[in-house]
Amino acid sequence: MQSTSDEVLIGRIANGDRLAMQVLYARHHVRVFRFVVRLVRDEATAEDLISEVFLDVWRQAGRFEGRSAVSTWMLAIARFKALSALRRRPDQELDEETAGAIEDPSDDPGAALEKKDKSTMLRKCLTGLSAEHREIIDLVYYHEKSVEEVAEIVGIPENTVKTRMFYARKRLAELIKAAGIDRGWP
Amino acid sequence: MNAINKEPERHEIEALLPWHAAGTLSRRDADRVEQALAGDRELARRYDLVREELAETIHLNETLGAPSARAMEKLFAAIDAEEARSPRRQRSFDLAGRISEFLSSLTPRALAWSATAAAVAILLQAAVIAAIVVKEQGAPSGPSLASAPSDGSFAVVRFAPQATANDITNFLGAYKATVVEGPLNMGGQLYRIRLSETKLPKDEVGKIVRQMQEESKIVGFIAAKE
Repeated sequence: MQSTSDEVLIGRIANGDRLAMQVLYARHHVRVFRFVVRLVRDEATAEDLISEVFLDVWRQAGRFEGRSAVSTWMLAIARFKALSALRRRPDQELDEETAGAIEDPSDDPGAALEKKDKSTMLRKCLTGLSAEHREIIDLVYYHEKSVEEVAEIVGIPENTVKTRMFYARKRLAELIKAAGIDRGWP
Repeated sequence: MNAINKEPERHEIEALLPWHAAGTLSRRDADRVEQALAGDRELARRYDLVREELAETIHLNETLGAPSARAMEKLFAAIDAEEARSPRRQRSFDLAGRISEFLSSLTPRALAWSATAAAVAILLQAAVIAAIVVKEQGAPSGPSLASAPSDGSFAVVRFAPQATANDITNFLGAYKATVVEGPLNMGGQLYRIRLSETKLPKDEVGKIVRQMQEESKIVGFIAAKE
């Protein structure tokens, strides 16, 4: 059975169809939430933000032109909301987050034990990346966005997308190396 | 020499590895990467690292959980509040959208049959409209309708000149309204329509009438009628 496409749902939402809105929400809210929570690092804030994201979808559905996938459009809205929320945070909170982002995993007393588990360490290092690097890695690996789609969501040229992804991976490799695991790259 | 010449291309291919692992490259780029991987062991080793990162990124994201029901409740409360303030212009009636949606779901063979059926339907519709026009001209009381009931909530409406019989039928269907009387001798082609079989509060009737008024391609004039 063929499910209704996101584009068709958006058309119905533009006409005030609440059921279509519920279907779209059910289909995408978890991924949008995870994208936002990785950026703002706070579940309560992320919950508030996804309500705002989908409310914007409800309001702007009539203006959606279908030039990109609906999920790409929603992630772009989510990103804008998340960055606006981060800008509203007190400076102290931001400083703490920055410090967390550049924390060297090898400083962690438990790191020695975790060295045995490369997967655990890799995930730990993924959380230690800066917001910019976390974002691009999530968009490519988890949200399965193409170069063009990442460029649209983040608002940067396609070549910059590739370069940023390369440096995000390089930084990840450095964190892993600092934690005692040498993967032989870069 | 070959290795030097190939270095920029290798770098370009390496930059594409994350998208290749995620399966989001174009067919052409995916083929280029596959060819490069087949002849370059170091690149293949780096590709394995990319696949590890991809697997752990998915794992990490999947442990992030999901939002509580509060987020959805908050969203729909906001939508309700917004709709109460300013109802949407084209509520539940988008003929072009629905036709497009329907056609997109058909196979080419079904589409050919549909085109034939549509042609027949247009001829039938023309015949029906002609019959109504002739009848209206000959009989001032207008087309035969159910005897005018008094229970429920009503409005009088004049349909826009460009509205087709099909438009009007779909419009009435979308609002679950029925024509109960008309055309009325009140100047112009006014019809009495029933909005609900039960008596609705005055402000509720006003809200429905305002929504209908927004459908300017179909409704020329509309007012609540006690």
